Amino acid sequence: MRKEKLYLRYLLTLISIVILFLIIWWADGHLDNYYKRVLTVSGIYIILGVSLNLINGITGIFSLGHAGFMGLGAYTAALLTMSVAQKQMTFFIEPLISPLDKISIPFLPALLIGGVVAAFFGLLIGIPTLRLGGDYLAIATLGFGEIIVVVFNNTINITNGALGLKGLSPYTNLWWTYGWAVFTVFFITRLVNSSYGRALKAIRENEVAAQAMGVNIFYHKVLAFIVGAFFAGIGGGLLAHLLTTINPVAFNFFLTFNILIVIVIGGLGSITGSVIAGFFFPILLEWLRFIEAPMDVFGIHIPGIPGMRMVVFSLLLLIVMIFYQRGLMGRSEFSWDFIIKRFVKD
Amino acid sequence: MPFFKADHLVMRFGGLVAVNDFNLELQPGDLVGLIGPNGAGKTTVFNMITGVYRPTSGRIYFQDKDITGKRPDIITALGIARTFQNIRLFTDLSLIENVMVSYHVRLKSNIFEAVFKLPRYMRQENAMYEEAMELLHKVELDHLAEEKAGSLPYGEQRRLEIARALATHPKLLLLDEPAAGMNPNETLQLMDFIKQIRDEFDLTILLIEHDMKVVMGICERIWVLDYGKTIAVGTPSEIQNNPEVIKAYLGEEEYA
Repeated sequence: MRKEKLYLRYLLTLISIVILFLIIWWADGHLDNYYKRVLTVSGIYIILGVSLNLINGITGIFSLGHAGFMGLGAYTAALLTMSVAQKQMTFFIEPLISPLDKISIPFLPALLIGGVVAAFFGLLIGIPTLRLGGDYLAIATLGFGEIIVVVFNNTINITNGALGLKGLSPYTNLWWTYGWAVFTVFFITRLVNSSYGRALKAIRENEVAAQAMGVNIFYHKVLAFIVGAFFAGIGGGLLAHLLTTINPVAFNFFLTFNILIVIVIGGLGSITGSVIAGFFFPILLEWLRFIEAPMDVFGIHIPGIPGMRMVVFSLLLLIVMIFYQRGLMGRSEFSWDFIIKRFVKD
Repeated sequence: MPFFKADHLVMRFGGLVAVNDFNLELQPGDLVGLIGPNGAGKTTVFNMITGVYRPTSGRIYFQDKDITGKRPDIITALGIARTFQNIRLFTDLSLIENVMVSYHVRLKSNIFEAVFKLPRYMRQENAMYEEAMELLHKVELDHLAEEKAGSLPYGEQRRLEIARALATHPKLLLLDEPAAGMNPNETLQLMDFIKQIRDEFDLTILLIEHDMKVVMGICERIWVLDYGKTIAVGTPSEIQNNPEVIKAYLGEEEYA
């Protein structure tokens, strides 16, 4: 019962990935830079949403430190890819510490190291804070996110302080982003559906019972935290090389807040939901820009009001939350079985 | 050294003494009942044995090991499993997943083997699935394996909880009011079921129960607690005629 149509499912997954990359290939050649950029941001939000959902939705730990992990990944990757000449130009207040000032490595290893650094801090932050529960944990991780920003601002010989890093090579494109997005979704979906994932969900459902059934609560919470932080670091690195300039304020609480919107709208605990919401969130934000332009409604002239789209966006959020309390997908996941059944029946 | 021994256990919550000087010895294969009026400290005894609470004083020994104050998951791994008075299932997981969680502690593969479905992990995962299915079959829930645990009726949730506890491969099973909320017919089935799993899985069972028919029907020895103190120990017939026990349950006779 479990194994039937296994190969069919693999085949369908493979075909959809090929189709996805064909679309990207087409988009890369035909769309203008603006659209490509929006789509790239969408891909990054998928990575961020899915990774935060592993922590908040699957394991049930309410973490608010995601932007902090992204910042760590972004700064690490940026410092590793910048050319030596660029570093000398950027760090004019205080020189960059050795040996970072002499290192320049390719994008992929830099991204990976960024992810590993974020994961390491996940471990470091997780060990003390994950002993806390519920609201206390949320506050502790929020504190971490704020501290990271302060640290970035003040370690001038590493991060260049409030001026940030400039002139990063624009490595991030659709291929890099969606390659990582596919890998993130693959890794986290497989993890959630494995024995480890069952343990994580058991912790979310009932911590006391999970522990009584032999699940080491603390170990598994830290594990989820580290995996989530790793992919946040990767997302941060990608974002840095898309924007080509980063500064500490870019990684403050508002970024975490955006990702939180993505996972709540998509459905806490649904990876499919995070993918859908992550993809459409930046597109919707861009599309709503027209609201801020001056316009005439029924003969009444409305001047452009900056920030108006956030008001409309919040209203949209409210409406979604009223009609879908558990987000668009609840805790359901997309599955081939559902689609196969449909076609087989007819 | 006996198979299991609770030695002078005391549990204090601030000024309240929930359990006072509790002693219990179990031999392999015992089926022992723990009874007492509400608030007598029965569940607190369970919580101390399973590591949820650390006793204020006293020691707990299990198979020649001192397990006092160890973490619940470690105690489970050593071979003590439990069910809960207020059912604590993983309601949003399917029945089969509920049972499979209990096997996770014995998984030898690391997270990468699990994510990339390497052969060693897949062998263990398939073995887990087969074993979990077999257990569900034994509690007659296998036809509902893919349903969510929260959608089960009460009696079946109790059976699933026992199956989940059995999946941890316990040697000592603690059942906290297994018959609560069951109708007389279900209770009879449960009594047979408890005896059956004891023999089949070579278990030692300690159970808390308010339903005297169950306790008197299947337990070989009974401990009676009242206000944290052990007031009587004996066979069902001894307990039934013990004046202390009658006093604890029915109150003292008043002479006018």
